[in-house]
Amino acid sequence: MRADLDIIQQWIAPGSRVLDLGCGDGELLHYLKQQKNISGYGLEIEPGNITACLEKGVSVIEKDIDDGLASIRANSFDTVIMTQALQIMERPDLIVDEMLRIGKECIVTFPNFGHWRARGYLAFRGKMPVSKFLPYTWYNTPNIHFCTFKDFERLCVERNIYIQERTVVDHEHCHRWWIKLWPNMLGEIAIYRITR
Amino acid sequence: MPTPFPHDSVGLVQPQLIRFDQPLQLACGRSLESYELIVETYGELNEDRSNAVLICHALSGNHHIAGYHSEDDRKPGWWDSAVGPGKPIDTNKFFVIGLNNLGGCHGSTGPNSVNPATGKPYGPDFPIVTVKDWVNSQARLADHFGIAQWAAIIGGSLGGMQALQWSIDYPERLRHCLVIAAAPKLSAQNIAFNEVARQAISRDIEFHDGHYYERETVPKTGLMLARMLGHITYLSADGMREKFGRELRSGSISFDFTPQFEVESYLRYQGERFSTAFDANTYLLMTKALDYYDPAAEYGNDLSKAMEQTRCKFMLISFTTDWRFAPDRSREIVDALVDARKPVSYAEIDAPQGHDAFLIPIPRYMEVFGAYMKQVAGDIPAVKEGN
Repeated sequence: MRADLDIIQQWIAPGSRVLDLGCGDGELLHYLKQQKNISGYGLEIEPGNITACLEKGVSVIEKDIDDGLASIRANSFDTVIMTQALQIMERPDLIVDEMLRIGKECIVTFPNFGHWRARGYLAFRGKMPVSKFLPYTWYNTPNIHFCTFKDFERLCVERNIYIQERTVVDHEHCHRWWIKLWPNMLGEIAIYRITR
Repeated sequence: MPTPFPHDSVGLVQPQLIRFDQPLQLACGRSLESYELIVETYGELNEDRSNAVLICHALSGNHHIAGYHSEDDRKPGWWDSAVGPGKPIDTNKFFVIGLNNLGGCHGSTGPNSVNPATGKPYGPDFPIVTVKDWVNSQARLADHFGIAQWAAIIGGSLGGMQALQWSIDYPERLRHCLVIAAAPKLSAQNIAFNEVARQAISRDIEFHDGHYYERETVPKTGLMLARMLGHITYLSADGMREKFGRELRSGSISFDFTPQFEVESYLRYQGERFSTAFDANTYLLMTKALDYYDPAAEYGNDLSKAMEQTRCKFMLISFTTDWRFAPDRSREIVDALVDARKPVSYAEIDAPQGHDAFLIPIPRYMEVFGAYMKQVAGDIPAVKEGN
């Protein structure tokens, strides 16, 4: 299993109701259903991923998350998850608000634009960072709202969002002891557990 | 010719007529003392009768879903693209039943059948049947075959509405429900189109208040107009532009009222073909069944409440250019199911063919359909136990 999903699954209580925004091929939901008997849905927009979910028996609903989640009742899910998709949303702040309305607890992961490599790329080459992990150029990237850990945490303060837990890892989703020294400089991906 | 049919066809098929002598109480308050349903089946029913799939038909459909009635048959059944060996509804795995609904004109008891009380065709005296009535008659059909629980019930358009009604009225009798290009009830616009179609038929001078059988005539013009109108609503503006554009049959306009544009002659052809093959009273009945359909009505007009009754898993599919039952209408059902905490999947297929798309083997549609049906096959108990 993808390493970030392995970290996330530990935060999901058995038998809970889960909504996975941008669920990809349904790997996490499939695992949670098998191992923790959860119920719930994935929302996805990419046809290949939707078929992959259906083949796994994962309940998947084709939907563009940018269209909003207004049809979903408040507090109707135990956990709402969004992995590596916040930066492609039209309005990440509104989506986080919606996630916290629908879910009692939310899990969000995103790449850190404050990582030293991104900072160095821009500082020394004077160009928008391109890496193996984030391979797009500025004009064709789906990642339209990059932020740093600091930016996200500032949003949390402004919106009265409580950060229950934060795990910072490298791009292989591995914990390294040195990341803790300066997470916003050394960490590549953060996994936040938030409530309101 | 060694094999006259394609290798993925169910081949030569034969309908069978099943008689029911127990009276069927109808929503309108009347009842049918006895009735017949014509059915076709494909594939084999397994030992514990757990691999049965029911396919419900739409407005003008019937029991002939797949395969051919004779070696000279030009066209196979109406959903041959989805039913057969290796197709989404795989007849190597499933036992598939298709029927002609009550009130139909293809062999099941309907307005053109003889009323045993009078010895004459029912005509306009045939009771108005509803989707709920159809589902009750289909439950009797399941009993007839000894099927306690369907592996899946599948339908497109009005057929999808029957599948959805099944999940509410007989929750324990199906494991999966596939609702394609349907809606939880008709909009005013939908009803308006149906009303124009009905007026076209009932105002045809040959309609004779529905008693046209005795006069050995048919309201051909009315039926033709109804079908032409219906056909326009089954296509999309883009689809029509692509198919016909403003092409002229002869190359130049002739300043008269003969059909000159390709789309005109196409509609006339479709309408005329339909007017000789379909019964006018049945058309009136089917459109009424559509208009009256509203499963939420019994649950305080709360669709989520209606969905709370269900026990099966759902798959909904819609098509982007379908404006008869647009994707939003399918999403209403999806939202109600999510609200009721029921398992549901949903796919919106990008297709230019409008409402008709549900009958067309569009690659992504078939892929999604097939992927879900594999799940359905996996949930057949006998297969699970290691067959």
